[in-house]
Amino acid sequence: MNRIEGRIWKFGDDVDTDLIIPAQFLNVSEAKELAKNCFSHLRPEFAGAVREGDILVAGRNFGCGSSREHAPLAIKTAGIGVVIAESFARIFYRNAFNIGLPLLESAEAARAASDGDRGVVDIVTGTIELPDAGQTFSAQPIPDFMRTLIGAGGLVEYVRKKKVGSGRL
Amino acid sequence: MAMTITEKILAAHAGRESVSPGDLIEVNVDMAMANDVTAPLAIETFRKIGMSSVFNRDKVALVADHFVPNKDISSAQQVKVMREFAREQDITHYYESGDVGIEHVILPEKGLALPGQIIIGADSHTCTYGALGAFSTGVGSTDLGAVMATGEIWLKVPSAIRIEYSGTLRPHVSGKDLILYTIGLIGVEGGLYATLEFAGEVIQALPMTQRFTMANMAIEAGGKNGIIEPDDITRAYIKGKSPSQALFFKSDPDARYEREITVSVGEIEPQVAFPHSPANVRPVSEAAHVAVDQVFIGSCTNGWLEDLRDAASVLKGKRTARGVRLIVIPGSPLIYKQAIGEGIIDTFLDAGAVIGPPCCGPCLGGHMGILAAGERAVSTTNRNFVGRMGHPESEVYLSNPVVAAATAVLGRIGSPDEL
Repeated sequence: MNRIEGRIWKFGDDVDTDLIIPAQFLNVSEAKELAKNCFSHLRPEFAGAVREGDILVAGRNFGCGSSREHAPLAIKTAGIGVVIAESFARIFYRNAFNIGLPLLESAEAARAASDGDRGVVDIVTGTIELPDAGQTFSAQPIPDFMRTLIGAGGLVEYVRKKKVGSGRL
Repeated sequence: MAMTITEKILAAHAGRESVSPGDLIEVNVDMAMANDVTAPLAIETFRKIGMSSVFNRDKVALVADHFVPNKDISSAQQVKVMREFAREQDITHYYESGDVGIEHVILPEKGLALPGQIIIGADSHTCTYGALGAFSTGVGSTDLGAVMATGEIWLKVPSAIRIEYSGTLRPHVSGKDLILYTIGLIGVEGGLYATLEFAGEVIQALPMTQRFTMANMAIEAGGKNGIIEPDDITRAYIKGKSPSQALFFKSDPDARYEREITVSVGEIEPQVAFPHSPANVRPVSEAAHVAVDQVFIGSCTNGWLEDLRDAASVLKGKRTARGVRLIVIPGSPLIYKQAIGEGIIDTFLDAGAVIGPPCCGPCLGGHMGILAAGERAVSTTNRNFVGRMGHPESEVYLSNPVVAAATAVLGRIGSPDEL
C-alpha cells in the first residue's frame, strides 16, 4: 500500500523507545499486546483512539534509546501507516524498515503538521499532503537499499531470497 | 587509503581493501548476542528465514539478564523460549541463573569480545565493546535473527567524530563524567549515525573498565559505535581470556573525520545528568539541592568491580541517610565473588545497602527497585528518560559511582568531598 491517508498524531523531539513502549511491558513479545501499551505514559489515549492508516509525525531524533524492536512493532500494529520525522535515531530506523514500517524524513512537513489534522502520504514518491494546512511537501527519498527491503517484503524475505539464490536454503 | 580504526575493521570483515563513509557493505560477524527481552523476537525471525541451524553455535551468545530471576510469568515464558532454543541449537554461550551477569559485562569478561572483531547485539548498549577496539553496535531483533541465520549483516559505513581528551583529571572524575560531559557538549543526537572515537592522553591512561563506561554511552549521543584504539591496557585486559586472535587496528594519522573535538578535562567536575536527558548535565556542585529517595549502583555502565570498589571506599564506615534506599548490583557472578573477597559487599551491607543478583536490575524500570510517583533516584546507569526506572512522574539523575555513594550518605546529591 503506497498511499496512506489518516489522522496525524503529532509528537515532539527526542521521543525515546521507553516512551514508545515502556520496559514494564516488554515481558511479552506479542505485537497486539505491545500495541495496547504504545505511548501509554506519554499519550494514554493513543492506543485506544488510533486508527488503521493514521500518520505519526515527530520532531528530531525519533526513536532514540533502546534497540527494542517492540517500539516500531507496537507503532505499526497499533495502526500507524507511516512515520514522518525531522530525523530518526539509527537503530529505530533499521528496525522500522526491517519489519515493514515505512519512515519519511521531512523537517518542513514535520513542523507544518498539526495534531488531529489529516494527512495524505505517498511512501514511494515521498509526497506529503497536508490538506488542512493547504500544503504539500516532498520528503527525502527512501534510500535505494531500504526500497529493496520494502520491495522484498522486509528483511526476512530479503534474506530468504538471497539464501535461496546462493543455494544455502 | 587513510582509514579510521572503525573503517579498517569493517573493511577487513567485508573482504575489501578499503571502505568509505556511506558505503553499504555486508560484513561477517564474530559474535551475535541477544537477551531475554530481544531473543524471543529474534528467534521468531530466525524460524521465518527457515535455516535449520545457527551459522555457528560458538558465535552466538544468549544472555538472560533483563528480567531475571524471572520477575513474573510472562518473563519466565520469554526466558523459556530462549533456553529451549539454546538447547535445540546447542548454543555454546548460553547464560542464565548462577552463570549470568549483565551481557555487556560478561562478554568482555569471558573473552567473547576482542579487539578487531565485529560484535552485533540486540541491545543498544552493545556499543560497549568498542572500548576494546572492536566494532560493535546494537540492532533490533529482526536484524539479529538474520545474523544468527547467516553470520552476516549489512551496514552503512559511518562517518567518524574524533574526540580528544587532554589534561589532568580532577579528583572523583572518571570515564562516566567524561562521557556525560561529552554528551552534554554534543547533544543526544550529536553523534547520530556516526562513530565516536575517543582518543588522547587521558583515554590512553584510562583503565579498561572506565573505557567500557565511555563506549557504553556512545548510543546516548546517537552514535552507531564508540571506539578506542587498543593498546597495552587492552592487551593486559584480554590476556588469557580467549584462544581467538585479537587484531589491533589503529586509525591512520591522516584518516578523515566529519568533526574533531578537543576536550580539556582539567576543569571538569563530576557530572550529573538531570531529568530527562543524558545530555542535560551539570557539575555536581550545582546539584546539591536535589534530595533523593533511592540510589542505584550497578548496570552495564557502572557495574564493574572497580566501580563497586570506588563506591565502597566512599561508604566505608558510613550509613545511608534515613529514608534513602541504596541498591547495589554487581555486573557478574565473578565481580560479585571478587567483591565479597575484598570485603566490598560487607561495606555495602554495613552501610545499609540491598545487594541484588547480577542482572540489569532497576536500570530499565522492569525489576528490582522501581520508583513510585514523585520519587527521585541517583543512578550510575545510562538513561534518565521519562519513566525509565518506574512511574512516569519519577525522576532519574545519572552520575558516577562515587557521587552515587556520597549521595546515599548525604540524602541529597553531593560529592565525596562533602562527607
